[in-house]
Amino acid sequence: MSDFKLPPYADALGIEMCEFQDGVPVLMVEFGPNVEGRPQHYHGGATAGLLENAGYAALRVRLIEEGREAQLKPVNITVQYLSAGKSRPSFAKGRITRLGRRNANIAVEAWQDDPDRPIATAIMNILMA
Amino acid sequence: MSKNQSSAPAKFDAREASKFFFRGGHTGWLGLKFSDQGENWVELELPWREDLLGEADRAVLASGPIVSLMDMASGMAIWQTMKDFAPVATLDLRVDYQRPARERSAVWGRVECYRTTRSAAFVRGIAHDGDIDDPVAHIAGVFMTIAADPRQGKVPSSDGSASEAGTGDE
Repeated sequence: MSDFKLPPYADALGIEMCEFQDGVPVLMVEFGPNVEGRPQHYHGGATAGLLENAGYAALRVRLIEEGREAQLKPVNITVQYLSAGKSRPSFAKGRITRLGRRNANIAVEAWQDDPDRPIATAIMNILMA
Repeated sequence: MSKNQSSAPAKFDAREASKFFFRGGHTGWLGLKFSDQGENWVELELPWREDLLGEADRAVLASGPIVSLMDMASGMAIWQTMKDFAPVATLDLRVDYQRPARERSAVWGRVECYRTTRSAAFVRGIAHDGDIDDPVAHIAGVFMTIAADPRQGKVPSSDGSASEAGTGDE
């Protein structure tokens, strides 16, 4: 896992890798001005950034495990916002729904206090070139 | 999510609103700038920034900031269309990336609000790096307008209020 590093964008936003659950990285971001939209709430774009990074991280870690090197190219992301992100840390974890040779389909969930009550979800398609 | 910020003018004007929207918070951190506006659309600029790379070894903007750009332009396009600064919450936002933005280029996001109903606002838009006819990404989104809600001022919670919106009711 030590081969895996978050991209500069994740570092800049304050996203960290906090643990591995079943071999999948869980990302975390603390609440702060960088992610704030409406006062004391996450901006939708910041939540999307966390989701997207968790999706990429899940895929990168899996590719490293399989000894595959690839440049990742986003095809699309659809974010569903379920409830407002409050002024607390947020977490996100991706699940690879399908890993093909050229394309990966990934589902991501973000939560705050309870992983069973997600605040936002995303579906991503990523091309591997 | 919700773009409700406290000291906005009563009649919404994207150019004026940008002066205080982008002073702080997530959009201030990104350095968003007002670019242009029309009756039902707003264009914002996301300037190039070295530390927003998607991969350490390529000078290409990450896709995440493009979502932030388009989300913010969407909210402002809705206010521009409604001529009102009523709180809105993003329900669903889809981004299709056609190609990476050019190295070290700013990205512009132009979003149009093509339909509003009593409780929902529908947007579509294009992200580009200088030529709108050669897009970096297309987006489509649905926002919930909260002003028509009897529980005015509340943002949708996870107990189901958000699911009322996408119905196109009128």
